Amino acid sequence: MSTATTLIDKMVDRWGRRLVIGTPYLYLILVFSIPFFVVLKLSVSTSNDGIRFEDLTTFNDWVFNLTASFQKYRFLLQDDLYLNTYGSSLKFATINTLICLFIGYPFAYFMARSPVSMRPVLLMLVSLPFWTSYLLRVYAWRGLLDDSGTVNSLLIWLGAIDEPIKMMHTAFSMTVGMVYTYLPFMILPLYANLVKMDGRLIEAANDLGAGPMRAFWLVTVPLSKNGIIAGSMLVFIPSVGEYVIPELLGGPETLMIGRVLWDEFFANNDWAMASAVAVTMVILILFPLALFNKYQTAAVGRGTA
Amino acid sequence: MTLFHQKFHGSLAVLAFSIAAFVAPVQAAEEKVLNIYNWSDYIGPDTISNFEKETGIKVRYDNFDTNEILHAKLVAGKTGYDLVVPSSNWAKIQLEGGLLMPLDKSKIPNLKNLDTNLMKQLGTMDPGNAYITPWLWGVTTVGINVDKVKAAIGGPLPENVWDLLFKPEYASKLKSCGISMLDSADEVFPAAMRYVGKPAYSKNSADYQVAANMLKNIRPFVTLFSSSGYINDMAGGSICVALGWNGDINIAASRAKEAKNGNNIVSLVPSTGAVLFFDTMAIPSDAAHPENAHKFINYILRPEVNAELTNKVFYANGVPSSTKFIKPEVASNKSVFMTPEDLAKMVPPEAVNNDIRRLRTRLFTTFKTGR
Repeated sequence: MSTATTLIDKMVDRWGRRLVIGTPYLYLILVFSIPFFVVLKLSVSTSNDGIRFEDLTTFNDWVFNLTASFQKYRFLLQDDLYLNTYGSSLKFATINTLICLFIGYPFAYFMARSPVSMRPVLLMLVSLPFWTSYLLRVYAWRGLLDDSGTVNSLLIWLGAIDEPIKMMHTAFSMTVGMVYTYLPFMILPLYANLVKMDGRLIEAANDLGAGPMRAFWLVTVPLSKNGIIAGSMLVFIPSVGEYVIPELLGGPETLMIGRVLWDEFFANNDWAMASAVAVTMVILILFPLALFNKYQTAAVGRGTA
Repeated sequence: MTLFHQKFHGSLAVLAFSIAAFVAPVQAAEEKVLNIYNWSDYIGPDTISNFEKETGIKVRYDNFDTNEILHAKLVAGKTGYDLVVPSSNWAKIQLEGGLLMPLDKSKIPNLKNLDTNLMKQLGTMDPGNAYITPWLWGVTTVGINVDKVKAAIGGPLPENVWDLLFKPEYASKLKSCGISMLDSADEVFPAAMRYVGKPAYSKNSADYQVAANMLKNIRPFVTLFSSSGYINDMAGGSICVALGWNGDINIAASRAKEAKNGNNIVSLVPSTGAVLFFDTMAIPSDAAHPENAHKFINYILRPEVNAELTNKVFYANGVPSSTKFIKPEVASNKSVFMTPEDLAKMVPPEAVNNDIRRLRTRLFTTFKTGR
């Protein structure tokens, strides 16, 4: 009887573990890998009218043929539009990440150091914007930053300026919108990291003669490295491909990969080119990420992280 | 049809349904739903509700503001829409690509109301008028806020009103009161091409470079790229010159009049001509409710229903007998119903191949980003 029970327990144990571990894998395969391979396949497909695609593989009379066209990738390298756009998107994503980090770090630090009873309230305040649609919140910035918007009206009323400052449809309005939208994604992982930090380490640093700044740079920042990395990834990656905020708040001169993708899909009706642009973007982001991850794992292995 | 339903009903229902199907074949079978995908600001206030009341068909009505979006949805397939409104030169690509369903003309007796000249024009895109019927038509033209423009240029309007947009000497003065352009290469390039003396839909890529060079010079003066928002911006006075559609500009004029904000907006009829567009009703080849779509097309082609569209959105229609239902102030608007002399100067749209499309988009991106 008892052996049977342990056997069942073992079975449940083994299969239960597989189920738990398998769920995220299944999810990733379904919503990441499969769509990615569909896009990858499209990017090497050819079409004459932009409506019907040629078969990638044929099997006729025992001859298997695979026809993959890499012409879209060649075109992508030939026309400087694409490289410029990747550069511009990465630049804006980097700026956005840095600003989010500079605002988000003190914010998260303050939250983590506030009394335990206050923390749930502060946490709720950070996540409160998510209760309203993100589209509406981004749109609201138009009302604030427009030539006849709240900010300009206020400044004119105060007599600080005579003519409205052009803020809307510029790189400035776009950056404001991006920072505003992505800031919680920086604060939350940082907070989760900082709140777990052992306060005695700071005391120890102080006892050993480190001033508050020195203790902060030598103890707090290195210990929160994982939070900084997690927050930066959460902000940086979606910023690169961001489409809605540049469309609503950005200017026509701002080159963003989202807009170029739109043009390829809609204006040119060239799905293969659009897919090639998307695949290249994924590679551009994934490659440094994978490298970083490898370095990180190695560091953990050595026990220095 | 009965077979399809048997799977979903209990045996009693099947019995009842079989009898019903026997008595009233086919017609009873289609669900009373119609999904329409049309341009924004493009329908009368009661057009949908009257149709619903009359037929009991529930209409879901969605909007787009560029042909590109509709085209991409049709290419992807399974749009869920039963009736779409592409411009005729896009419909040509779509019907040739098998994305549209041929009409069953026996179900649309009101086709007899249509203007024969217009149908001949559509025939150049759709031989035999097999797939598309006109919704409304208009022209891509120049709209101005009369007082602001005159004040800014300090004199009368130029002979060729396209100068306001495309000649740096005018455009530079108008920048301060706001210049808007449709946000689509497909709309801006044909106008720009004609301005530099090239065919609007040229097949020669060198021609496009000439137009692009002209556009480059006026880029610093363009303050907005918009395909639907410019209506309110014009009405509100933050845009004084727009490259836009004549009906939209007239909508802006009527909104400004309603708001009594003193903005006098006029849709100009360029003496040097402009490019026409014909928006047409079509049924996607995978539509789930083609019967209802036919009913809707037939309903729209009634003179009084067609007139309601024109009265509300200031675009000309294709049903001559609707004239008597059109409000006098709309009927007398020469930018909506052009004189035969004006109309003769206008050029019809054409379809372009993928290479030209790519070239136009690329040059338009260069133009917009000002590089």
